[in-house]
Amino acid sequence: MLAPSNLSSGCDQAFDQRNLDWYIDKAVQVVVFMGGISAIIFIVGIFLFITKEGMGFLIDTLDLQEFFGSPYWEPSDEDAPEYGILALMAGTASVTGLAMLIAIPFSLGTAIYIAEFATGKTREWLKILVELLAAIPSVVWGFIGLTIMNPLIIELFDVPVGLTVLNAGIILGLMAAPIMTSIAEDALKAVPDRYREAAEAMGATRWQVVFKTVLPAAKNGLLGAILLGVGRGFGETMAVLMATGHAVNIPGSVFDSVRALTATIAAELGETAVGSDHYQVLFTIGIFLFLITFLINLTADLIVRGIRKS
Amino acid sequence: MVTEASPIKLEIKDLAVSYGGQTAISGVNLSIREHEIFGIIGPANAGKTSFLKAINRMDMFDTNMQVEGNVLFNGQDVRKWRNVYALRSRIGVVFPLPVGLPMSVYDNVALSPQLRGIKEKAELDVIVERCLTRAALWDEVKDRLDTLGSLLSGGQQQRLTIARALSQEPELLILDEFSIAVDPVTTMRIEDVLKELKSEMTIILVTNLVQQARRLADRTAFFLDGECVEIAETEALFTRQASDSRTRDYVEGRFG
Repeated sequence: MLAPSNLSSGCDQAFDQRNLDWYIDKAVQVVVFMGGISAIIFIVGIFLFITKEGMGFLIDTLDLQEFFGSPYWEPSDEDAPEYGILALMAGTASVTGLAMLIAIPFSLGTAIYIAEFATGKTREWLKILVELLAAIPSVVWGFIGLTIMNPLIIELFDVPVGLTVLNAGIILGLMAAPIMTSIAEDALKAVPDRYREAAEAMGATRWQVVFKTVLPAAKNGLLGAILLGVGRGFGETMAVLMATGHAVNIPGSVFDSVRALTATIAAELGETAVGSDHYQVLFTIGIFLFLITFLINLTADLIVRGIRKS
Repeated sequence: MVTEASPIKLEIKDLAVSYGGQTAISGVNLSIREHEIFGIIGPANAGKTSFLKAINRMDMFDTNMQVEGNVLFNGQDVRKWRNVYALRSRIGVVFPLPVGLPMSVYDNVALSPQLRGIKEKAELDVIVERCLTRAALWDEVKDRLDTLGSLLSGGQQQRLTIARALSQEPELLILDEFSIAVDPVTTMRIEDVLKELKSEMTIILVTNLVQQARRLADRTAFFLDGECVEIAETEALFTRQASDSRTRDYVEGRFG
């Protein structure tokens, strides 16, 4: 090594030294990288697992036309099992649809009130309450559906069964609303105050400010909140299992009992022999649910990007 | 021409503004006459913006802000107007930092007329073109009126803000350091427009550029540390006739 001049040797040493800060920085980078990449690993892992369990059946035995087109779900029939999920899809879709019909106006209304109209203590308390509501376990909601809503619906509408699309839709709507409210409120809060001040300085009323300025500016976040609610509706299991009546049925009205895709998996997976056709078809439903959720998220992403571009 | 006999548009009596006990301005007394350009100069922290906020009741946004004294607009105390929106729609404000609302350029300017109840597209078109022209922005945006206002450049957004304030057809126009984000040439064009606008409205011009106040204002007030030091005919203030030595130092650039 060349003998460095006196002047530069001090510098060279400092540049070359790997001190504690350097090691901590490297370690943090590695940890954060692992954290970041673990999300991808888990998703791919889960997808591989459910595909592995369901794929054999999907390729060898399953008749796709029957799977999507038939309303008959009798997987435990020993002589001629039937694997049609049409009724289950109809169940999930009807309950989620009704739930959104209830949750969207509720959550957007609450979010607008909290973010734009409420002040001081009222706002703080409302936020705490909404977060508290969001933390109620789904089995509790299912319990409410079973023991309160059920007799209520029977009495109010004079129908024989209260465990119906209506029941589950209301329960699921109330369940999804708090988390949607929370996300929507964040979206509204993210709109800079200078927009509000500018519009209000022009003499716009509070409502005009919200409707003309804040909502358009927050529409991406609001859409995100709604799609999150839809995703929640598709994925929710326990409350739906308890409140729908769990009957394989294409609903003709909100007073019919239905059965959801998720609830079917939850209720039947424990009773099937590992590797059996029944076991595998449940995993096929899992793949299907996975794809739907993926599609919802992708659509949300594309819409949001589209809005951003224009 | 504004004279001593012109009617008074805005009268301020013993105005004091504080934020949580911290005084921003106090003891301000002044009257602004109709069709006058009233300049307000002073260094940062002098309380100029607090003064403006008290006029159109922007204190309602800031629960921390306390206003005492009286602000009389057309002889009526603004704190007693029940419909504060009607008050604000008659006072146009241009903020120091440009705020293009997240809607199209056209809608930015058409919003206030629409709030007033004008629905005819043709009528709105005329208003939008007139206001944008006056704000020296029409030529730059006439081919892209449907781009988002918030996507314009800083200087364009500032002129958009001016156009929006004009679209209110205000009786009182408040400009709070409007030229911060605007280039000197455009600034001169807007200054020319302001001179024309005098015949239609009363203008309060808060500015950091003392020479801008000299060019435009009929009378000028000097604010310093929350106090209105002096109010005088602009020419007098700038020709060594200011009665307070602090004013003289400021306009001659010896501090601030």
